[in-house]
Amino acid sequence: MSDWKPNIVVFACNWCTYQGADLAGILRCDYPSTISIIRVPCTGCVEPEFIVAALKNGADGVFVGGCHPGDCHYQEGNNKAAARFKLLKTVLTEMGFEPDRVRMEWISGSEGKRFAETMTEFNESIERIGPNPIGRYINGG
Amino acid sequence: MADKVKLAYYLSGGCGGCDMAIIDLSENLVDLLPRLDVVFWAPTVADVKYRDLEGLPDKSIDVGLFSGMIRLSEQEHMAAIMRRKCRTLIAYGACAALGGIPGMGNMHSKEEIFQTAYFDTLSTDNPDGVIPQTRCLVDGKYELTLPEFYRYVRPLQDVAEVDYFVGGCPPHHSFVARVIPDILGGSFPAPGSWITSDKAVCALCDRNPAVKGEEMKLIKTIKRTTDGPPEEGKCLLQQGYLCLGAVTQGDCGALCPKVNIPCRGCGGPVPGVKDFGLRAISAVASLLENEELVDRIPSPVKLFYRYSLPASMLGRKIK
Amino acid sequence: MTLKKIEINPMTRLEGHGKISVFLNDRGNVDDVFFQTVELRGYERFLTGMPIEEVPRTVSTICGVCRCVHFVASVKAADAVYHAEPTPTAGKIRELLLNAHYVEDHTAVLYALGFPDFVVGPTADAAGRNLIGLIQAVGVDMGRLILKKRYAAVKVIEMLGGKPIHPVAALPGGWSKRVTEEERKEILALSTEMVELGQLTLKIFDDVVLRNKEYMDLVTGEVYKVECNYMGTVDEKNRVQFYDGTQRIVDTAGREIGRFTGEGYLDHIAERVLPWSYLKVPYLKRLGWKGITDGEGTSLYSVGPLARLNVADGMDTPLAQEAYEKMYTAFGGKPVHNILAYHWARAIELLNAAEKVQRLASDESITGPDVGAELGTPDEGVGVVEAARGVLIHHYKTDNRGIVREVNLIVATTHNNGPINMAVKRAARHFIKNGKVDEGILNLVEMAYRPYDICLACATHTLPGRLPLELEVYDHAGELCKTLRNF
Repeated sequence: MSDWKPNIVVFACNWCTYQGADLAGILRCDYPSTISIIRVPCTGCVEPEFIVAALKNGADGVFVGGCHPGDCHYQEGNNKAAARFKLLKTVLTEMGFEPDRVRMEWISGSEGKRFAETMTEFNESIERIGPNPIGRYINGG
Repeated sequence: MADKVKLAYYLSGGCGGCDMAIIDLSENLVDLLPRLDVVFWAPTVADVKYRDLEGLPDKSIDVGLFSGMIRLSEQEHMAAIMRRKCRTLIAYGACAALGGIPGMGNMHSKEEIFQTAYFDTLSTDNPDGVIPQTRCLVDGKYELTLPEFYRYVRPLQDVAEVDYFVGGCPPHHSFVARVIPDILGGSFPAPGSWITSDKAVCALCDRNPAVKGEEMKLIKTIKRTTDGPPEEGKCLLQQGYLCLGAVTQGDCGALCPKVNIPCRGCGGPVPGVKDFGLRAISAVASLLENEELVDRIPSPVKLFYRYSLPASMLGRKIK
Repeated sequence: MTLKKIEINPMTRLEGHGKISVFLNDRGNVDDVFFQTVELRGYERFLTGMPIEEVPRTVSTICGVCRCVHFVASVKAADAVYHAEPTPTAGKIRELLLNAHYVEDHTAVLYALGFPDFVVGPTADAAGRNLIGLIQAVGVDMGRLILKKRYAAVKVIEMLGGKPIHPVAALPGGWSKRVTEEERKEILALSTEMVELGQLTLKIFDDVVLRNKEYMDLVTGEVYKVECNYMGTVDEKNRVQFYDGTQRIVDTAGREIGRFTGEGYLDHIAERVLPWSYLKVPYLKRLGWKGITDGEGTSLYSVGPLARLNVADGMDTPLAQEAYEKMYTAFGGKPVHNILAYHWARAIELLNAAEKVQRLASDESITGPDVGAELGTPDEGVGVVEAARGVLIHHYKTDNRGIVREVNLIVATTHNNGPINMAVKRAARHFIKNGKVDEGILNLVEMAYRPYDICLACATHTLPGRLPLELEVYDHAGELCKTLRNF
């Protein structure tokens, strides 16, 4: 347990959060190596299945990053994503996950520093929550 | 038609409603019987024992219909036998295909279920704190046994390879009447698929705005059926009643919306959808005008996974 | 071969998992017998958290055979939860649905379950003692005719309930749809078929059973007899009711010993937990738990067709009343403790239900627009109906948004758990002598629980799944000497 490190999956919108992550790199901002980024065209195409698949395959935390409201490259993608995410989070909580294991934030392409800070903070939060209960569930717990 | 089709039917967990859907074929059933050789129908119709079924050559039965979910070891065993003996195995009805309504039991532990049944229920009288035991000595001399249960409900495909799935709680008899001749004629879709007319409930629903050339607008409110009757002829979901017809197979003919009641997904997911509940969440949430409306949806798991929790990606409450 | 009931019934079989254990003494005679229910499900638990208006269509799946009764009991409880009086029209629609269900359910049970023993013969080759054998015995045309007439009832259920097997149209205080004039006329036309089915069924019973001395000896004899109290629903004139009324209890001599409605059930019924069965044993609370025993003074009671006729003074339709009088004249008084009379009572009720469908469909006001009532603040409610198999009680507590917090269900077969144990015990004691047990004898033992039309799927609403019936015979040393099972 002591050598456990979180495994965090980040779905990042190509038009904002992914650019933010890029900028964080250019600005030499540190963020934890536990983060794996998956670039998506829009948060609107992050189906609830993607998030659950990540959790089911052992991700300890899942983060969805998109454009600020009103800034969606596809007009409405992030709005739809927000409602879906909220509903999914309710369901995951009911199913036994800690609510903070999944998070959605709006991070624009200019917010490189904020991206790094948010990742650091999310990583800490997952460290506090502990490993994904799915591990115990797969082992018959 | 040359030979009769050899058919086996096994009712696992479940309520018997899928059997009734066959009985409801009524006179059609009498007409179909001459073309069928029912080699096994347990525990209901035929006088063939499990061991007789086990004794049949492998793959000697043309089609096996398996209804009901898996909760007991014996049901898992029978699933394996049915798989071995039948060339084609069909998960028939919502319980076998998805876990069904009793699958909601996967949100609760066995201990919780026992606590409710044997202690907390209002009319229960249990002065000695008795819980049914798998082994019990009555009056010091009669040893009685009860079977042990699995802790969770599983759909058929979790314990045996399934060739085809049929949705519905139960499948409507008119759909059964369409499917059985196909089965008798040996005409099947690609293995692993659902036997379905391939249309969503919405596609068959008179209320669908699309069929009237109208636009689907965002939902401004969440309504329950206790909040008053819906407007005639207008889409239930559009009015705020959380109807799941968009992601549900419409082999029923969209019956529930016809009587002003929203669809709850008993038909199973439309082709291509792996996890019914998650896709339903996606479909419904995408239409909400604002995310605050989410808070007004009561017990979402038991709404979106009413019939399909055991077959979902997570399958059950995880701790 | 084995306990045939499960296998011979494509429609109604023994719903769920049962097991009978017979213990023999050193002379090979029966020492004791236990009827065990070996499954339980979780409805009382997993209904919690659901909105109450979603419950009727959900509890319908407790049983695919007797689905309408759970549906209707549950919506009546939902009325009470909302302090709503269902509108007169909604009440009529529900009663019509329930009576149509009685027609198809009683038909299924009688033809698939009750009659094969008599038409094909109680100890005949098991292979033919089933519905298909029955159809062969009465002729394919007759089989087709019976199925067609039964289907008339199924059609009515679909028309009113939205779906034929698990209906959906119930709403607290009302019904989700109105009945159109065309539908009313169609139902009225179909009801003629149902009444004919009822008359035909009584005639078959008359021809096959009543005119056969050997069978009548079984029906009126001492073997298939359980002397207990009875519970059933009656109207203000003490006539049999299915949808609504007062629950009346009579003792072993037929004297009224209790009445209740709604939450009053808790004053009269308690369910004892047994360590050897997943099914509890209800008893009359005021008489106290006296164990599984029958005869005068017992606190066990039974429910279902015979119990209903025993607690009532008559039927509320003319043809059924005639048949009712004929039955009690044949037995020479009330209450009748001969359990094979359950089949007779069932046939009478089938006709009664068909006549009621006709009466309700003749009433033009059933097409009225008032199908929704005002709802109050939800909290708690009990709904009681007569299921085909007996008194059915649904009790819910909700929060003030109508989200279910607590559930209690007492189902017909559960009420009968004690009497079924007695019936099986008595038959086993009678037929199993000097260690001689064969499969014909086992069917005679089975015939002791078949009248109750055991619906263990219902009774075990509380883990899903079913096991076929198994009979284990132990010798006096407690060694298992024989296992007979239908699988």
